[in-house]
Amino acid sequence: MQEEKNIRVLTGNEACAEGALAAGMRFYAGYPITPSSEVAEVLAVELPKIGGVFIQMEDEIASIGAIIGGSLAGVKSMTATSGPGFSLMQENIGFAAMAEVPCVIVNVMRGGPSTGLPTLPAQGDVMQARWGTHGDHPIIALAPFSVAETFALTVRAFNLSEKYRTPVILLLDEIIGHVNEKVNMPDTTALEIIDRIPPAVAPDKYLPYEHTECGVPPMASFGQGYRFHVTGLAHDETGFPTNSGREIGRLIERLHRKIEQNRDDIVEVDAFMMDDAETALVSFGSTARSARHAVRLAREAGKKVGLLRLKTLWPFADKEIRAYAGQIKNWVVAEMNLGQMAHEVEWALAGAAPVKRLNKVDGDPISPAEILQALPE
Amino acid sequence: MSEQKAKKKDVTITINEAWCKGCVICVELCPESVLEMRSGKAKVAHLDQCSACMLCELRCPDFAIVVVDNSKVDQSSE
Amino acid sequence: MFNYDQYLRLNKFPLIWCSGCGDGIVLKSMLRAIHKLGINKDEMCMVSGIGCSSRLTGYVDFNTLHTTHGRALTFATGIKMANPKLHVVVVTGDGDATAIGGNHYIHAARRNIDITVILFNNFIYGMTGGQVSPTTPKGKRASTAPYGNFENAFNISGLAQAAGASYVARATVYNAVQLEKYIQRAIEKKGFSLVEVLSPCPTAYGRRNREGTPVDMILHQKENSIPVSKAESMTPEELEGKIITGVLVDTERPECRTEYQRLIDHLKEEK
Repeated sequence: MQEEKNIRVLTGNEACAEGALAAGMRFYAGYPITPSSEVAEVLAVELPKIGGVFIQMEDEIASIGAIIGGSLAGVKSMTATSGPGFSLMQENIGFAAMAEVPCVIVNVMRGGPSTGLPTLPAQGDVMQARWGTHGDHPIIALAPFSVAETFALTVRAFNLSEKYRTPVILLLDEIIGHVNEKVNMPDTTALEIIDRIPPAVAPDKYLPYEHTECGVPPMASFGQGYRFHVTGLAHDETGFPTNSGREIGRLIERLHRKIEQNRDDIVEVDAFMMDDAETALVSFGSTARSARHAVRLAREAGKKVGLLRLKTLWPFADKEIRAYAGQIKNWVVAEMNLGQMAHEVEWALAGAAPVKRLNKVDGDPISPAEILQALPE
Repeated sequence: MSEQKAKKKDVTITINEAWCKGCVICVELCPESVLEMRSGKAKVAHLDQCSACMLCELRCPDFAIVVVDNSKVDQSSE
Repeated sequence: MFNYDQYLRLNKFPLIWCSGCGDGIVLKSMLRAIHKLGINKDEMCMVSGIGCSSRLTGYVDFNTLHTTHGRALTFATGIKMANPKLHVVVVTGDGDATAIGGNHYIHAARRNIDITVILFNNFIYGMTGGQVSPTTPKGKRASTAPYGNFENAFNISGLAQAAGASYVARATVYNAVQLEKYIQRAIEKKGFSLVEVLSPCPTAYGRRNREGTPVDMILHQKENSIPVSKAESMTPEELEGKIITGVLVDTERPECRTEYQRLIDHLKEEK
């Protein structure tokens, strides 16, 4: 007997909405923007049916403010946007990082800067995802390359966000957001779903920003009797503002440590035909689709080419790239920007082999043929 | 913390000097001139004149004045 | 006496505010109002933005959230929508609510979401050192209006009223008993409620504008307050420089979260 399958045809934006619901997201706040609006439109239909909240806010600043509030009230929360809206969200992304409020921010990348190319793809927000908000802060950013993977990485974004009490950015691009693909929908009851760790102590003993060994403090919700204080100011373990250099240093150090010491759990790389490769492509998102095809074509022509596809953009997969430093003679980084990730790859390899950049910022995707052409002879 | 009891009306006024910032609001707006400033802090000077109107406590921005009308203490649940 | 201690984080005292700042008087009025309403501390959520008044949330023993500049209402909207059982009170100032946060302010009022805003209007940016704000009266001086403010000021209560708030009242710290009553009614009110409190800033505003001591500033409030009932029969010229106090709006309108719940319930029935 054949296994019963639940096949659906979805766009990446729709799969993102479905993945969020499967992850337990019950609060969405957003503002319309191309090419992300379908995420909101699906959730506007679905959330009230299951008792969740959908609200369209007055702008993107309000949207991320609202999801931080929703998360503090104990509900898994998400917003979705694109470049201009993502720019507006930056200050409050920093708040979520500083106050350690789990939430997921979806950015369906379009061409920039400014209003740029609303309906055309780009991958120009890689560095903004990392450094968009001011000050030293940790961040997690994931980038799926297919509709099915969009569903999976949306679930993962929530899991990482809850596990590490941190905002997680999901970087789609216009192609992934709008492409229709067949998805074998996973059994949602069998998915691994991670929830924030609730406090194990009485309210009078609760330290909302405790320097735990794993770096992640347990999290209470407003209304549960813990009556804690949350601020974007530098704070001590109690959550109240402090001017103590020692306490401030400990806080910022822990915020980074909780991500860095768990980076192996967070960083995911898909190595495609890398075992005997002499030339390696590095790519992510929709460009990785072209890169995969280029690898197949190159292999047919007898060239030993492989692809390292980054599913996690931040923290950066430096270790995973460096592991191939002795094997790979040439690297080619293909991305729809002017080399934002290539820079990181060069830094990771520290001159071990030449890194060639294949960049495009005209709103046209990078084709497999262009990648083939960029491969060294 | 200084505490004084009134003679006529049974009133206790407590001033928390650590919190008092010497804004003079209580002194100037007291209808009975009970309070005065000494060394930059509010002090009870004429407790016998206190009518327990509570205006000083109401308007102290720093939570530094507590007025207890002892004749009402038993009835007060607050 | 009223036992404020039960609602305070006493280890955070003394208050950060300057000598003679009115904000502490507002805080006390808020606590008395909350006590009269008998609200469980676990169900009270206080949200603030950035500025002098917004530091209030650090002192009160509730669920407290000190957010980014101008954005308190957005966080508060998220909290109320996610957990409507919580009483949500936003503490904000004139700059926080109506300059950087002006858009959120009118939209929260438009939604008529059940949030109470206590807006501390001191006509100035106090924490940053006395810059001109959207409520600085024309002609008054600020560090960034050194020759006198050449702009027009907002009527922030009128703004909330026009945007659709269910309850709007204006009060002064001079009349703290009235203030307490308005706050109580505002929290009680199902829908967006605003209490605009004129809270003197002797340090950054009063000194620069030669308005005298904190006492002078408070007495100025007393002498220039006009009850809304009396103001109705006065001309704009007569009202120049006056403070119209009282309840400006008290009406019933559909509330945002309640309407959303009706939608949820309706969809459940359809299944």
